[in-house]
Amino acid sequence: MANYFTDNEDIKFHLNDERFKTILELREKGYTDNKAYPFAPDDFEDALDNCHQALSLIGELSAEILAPAATDTDRKGCRLENNVVSYAKGTQEMIDRLKQAELFGFTLPRKYGGLNFPMTVYMMAVEIVSRADASFMTLFGLQEISETIHLYASSELKDKYLPKMASGEYSGAMVLTEPEAGSDLQAIGLRATYDEKEECWFLNGVKHFISNGCGDVLLVLARSEQNVQGARGLSLFLYEKDENLLVRRLEDKLGIHGSPTCELQFKNCRATLVGKRKRGLSRYVMSLMNGARLVVGAQSIGIAQEAYNQSLQYARQRKQFGKSIIEFPPVLEMLTNMRVQIEAARSLMYEASLMVDVHHVYNRYGTKDKESAAKIKELNRFAGLLTPMVKYYASEMCNKITYDAIQIFGGAGFMRDYEVERLYRDARITTIYEGTSQLQVVAAVGGLTSGLFFKLLEIKISQSFPEAFKPLVEKIRECEKLLQQAVSSVKAKNDHLYLEYHARGLVDMATETLIAVLLLQNSIKSDHKFDIAKKFIADTCVRVKMLADKTINGDDLAIYECRRIIDSPI
Amino acid sequence: MAYRMVCLMKQVPDTRNITADVLREDGTVNRQALPAVVNPDDLFALEMALDVKDKYGGEITVMSMGPPAAIEVLRDAMSRGADHAILLTDKKFAGADTLATSHVLESAIRKNGPFNLIFCGRQAIDGDTAQVGPQVAEKLDIPQVTFAEAIEFLDQDDIVIRRAIEGGFERIRGRIPLLVTVTNAAANPRPPSIKRKMFWKKAQTRSSVQSEEEGEMLERGLLIPVWGLAEVGCAAEICGFQGSETWIKNVENVKLTAHEPKSFDTSETGIKELINELINEHII
Repeated sequence: MANYFTDNEDIKFHLNDERFKTILELREKGYTDNKAYPFAPDDFEDALDNCHQALSLIGELSAEILAPAATDTDRKGCRLENNVVSYAKGTQEMIDRLKQAELFGFTLPRKYGGLNFPMTVYMMAVEIVSRADASFMTLFGLQEISETIHLYASSELKDKYLPKMASGEYSGAMVLTEPEAGSDLQAIGLRATYDEKEECWFLNGVKHFISNGCGDVLLVLARSEQNVQGARGLSLFLYEKDENLLVRRLEDKLGIHGSPTCELQFKNCRATLVGKRKRGLSRYVMSLMNGARLVVGAQSIGIAQEAYNQSLQYARQRKQFGKSIIEFPPVLEMLTNMRVQIEAARSLMYEASLMVDVHHVYNRYGTKDKESAAKIKELNRFAGLLTPMVKYYASEMCNKITYDAIQIFGGAGFMRDYEVERLYRDARITTIYEGTSQLQVVAAVGGLTSGLFFKLLEIKISQSFPEAFKPLVEKIRECEKLLQQAVSSVKAKNDHLYLEYHARGLVDMATETLIAVLLLQNSIKSDHKFDIAKKFIADTCVRVKMLADKTINGDDLAIYECRRIIDSPI
Repeated sequence: MAYRMVCLMKQVPDTRNITADVLREDGTVNRQALPAVVNPDDLFALEMALDVKDKYGGEITVMSMGPPAAIEVLRDAMSRGADHAILLTDKKFAGADTLATSHVLESAIRKNGPFNLIFCGRQAIDGDTAQVGPQVAEKLDIPQVTFAEAIEFLDQDDIVIRRAIEGGFERIRGRIPLLVTVTNAAANPRPPSIKRKMFWKKAQTRSSVQSEEEGEMLERGLLIPVWGLAEVGCAAEICGFQGSETWIKNVENVKLTAHEPKSFDTSETGIKELINELINEHII
């Protein structure tokens, strides 16, 4: 039987990371849970094997149920009738199967019916389902919502909702965007008012572009302090759907048709405050968003993997001028770049999620002395830097790869007979939702100017590499130097607009330099990874040189000059 | 009413993906080169039993006759929701034809106690006989419905089953206890529950665990009972190779050869000839 986990050597490679030993040991509290829960692991080997079992099951369901229905799901989409949204047939069947398989509570603790898997394993699952049908991620990936409830809501709410979310009986939605508040969530206007008599909050207003807004448990960002502008006036609420919520319409989208994107009207909807007032955006949504950004990173890699697999198969079969088109160097070059960039993105992806996992377990179960506290804080800052980098790199990579996939298919790829056109359309949202690429760059560039990035790079690059790797380490060192020069040169201008103008180039350089080290680190365990690293580092050196040169010596266009170009009559 | 059910399942070589290195020179199948899987139809049988359990309540005992490695079938069935599992294994059971197999299964079912419904897959993908289910029903002296696609009605001991027949289906009304053989047109098998799988993957038979581990395994409910000849209480001479009435004499490769195509004119006469030809070949 087809299986999207067992057929993917690279995911299995990352599941072998030695950090899982610490993560699982701490998460499982020294493997003591098996008394209360018969399915809990007895030791590390057992725990890691459980991760394999779960991914293998999800890999089989993805390949056998979700993927074969993906074209039909894309064509038919979701339907809205009498305020009720129904999913496409394949989507609904996958939901039912995942419920039977008990795979909806990946990271939740067992006491809520969850599986207590690390975040990284969950990300692997997201990647696997997204490869089968990218639109399904918006349902499967919403497990982030239960994680947010778990982290910040009262024990009353947790007891009430988490078991139902872990079993898949309830699905969720994160309800943030409004027509006038997209990237700028501080502008949110949906009103939350407290009724003293009823001792309860009521929500009124409109939200739009809400993935799975028809879900049962909605986490809604709303203005609880009517007189306070900006983020300080926003709180997070949990709303269990009832007849007071109207699904006004489903959006007609370019891609991810299997995912219902809803416009919602709240009319006196009774809701419960999550955590503390005024912390809605600054604390809880930021945390929710960080998880969601990693999820989009994983989704992007899944889409890219499928585009690559199909391109490779087609390039081997398709004959022109009497031979397979893969024999032609221009096609081979495209395929090589695809493969290298997917593995590059995966290295960054799982570095970031492992960092989140290590931080989580130290923070929760680790020792609490001063030294550890400093280490935990630093891990959190590294994770905060890597998250936007993953989202940015993986989603841009995914768009490039699906673009090239159609190129390899040629005219056939432009037709709807092949799946690459769907992958190309599905890919397009990844650089937009959960924060656009431009916002990811802004989030990441701070780590470059503060020096945090260089601290992380130094930790990675100063580990001991085999003698044969030395020339490649030297090349990465050169990139590091150029990046430092570029950052200094931009900082010297002391102009934040100038910094933002160059931020994309700087973040490109930084992300690729970091990936280069990560791939080299992977190469210690695998000859294949060494080939990937060699190719990636060669490309990175050239890109970093060019971008550094552009930043330092080339494009010193002042912002007002850009405006002059734009403002001249078309 | 809650139903006591038995589901008979078999481990088979996965013949769905046969490659060249799997067939030996003499045309027999090299079983070691093929992964062992649960016989596909048996999963549909288990699903039908689980569905009865979901709707009306009850308990399902899964039995598999085979070598010790067949425990994997039982682990899988337990992960999907079966309640009890018994491995029927004994050197004396080896080399059984369908008749000898049905003797062992009959004895095991009787020994297991009262039952209401017995489910089997329609046929196994290795032998393709579709005989074991019917033979077990004969020996238990209970009615049987073969090629079942769905249980359409069940109330106390009154049952209506839809069964496939050529060109359609028929509805059969019967009384339980009854044996059903299930086709792959029935409801799709559910996946294993990951929680059950993480538990049942550790299940072993008594003979395969170290004696110091035995107590703990038993306490955790991870020891799967094994019944051999003595436990099943079947006479040795009707089991295994000794009890078999049929033997495979030899296996031959089938060579599919293409015949020369026949052509007909696009005239009235040509069409008449074509139709005659089709009638002669019993195609129309």
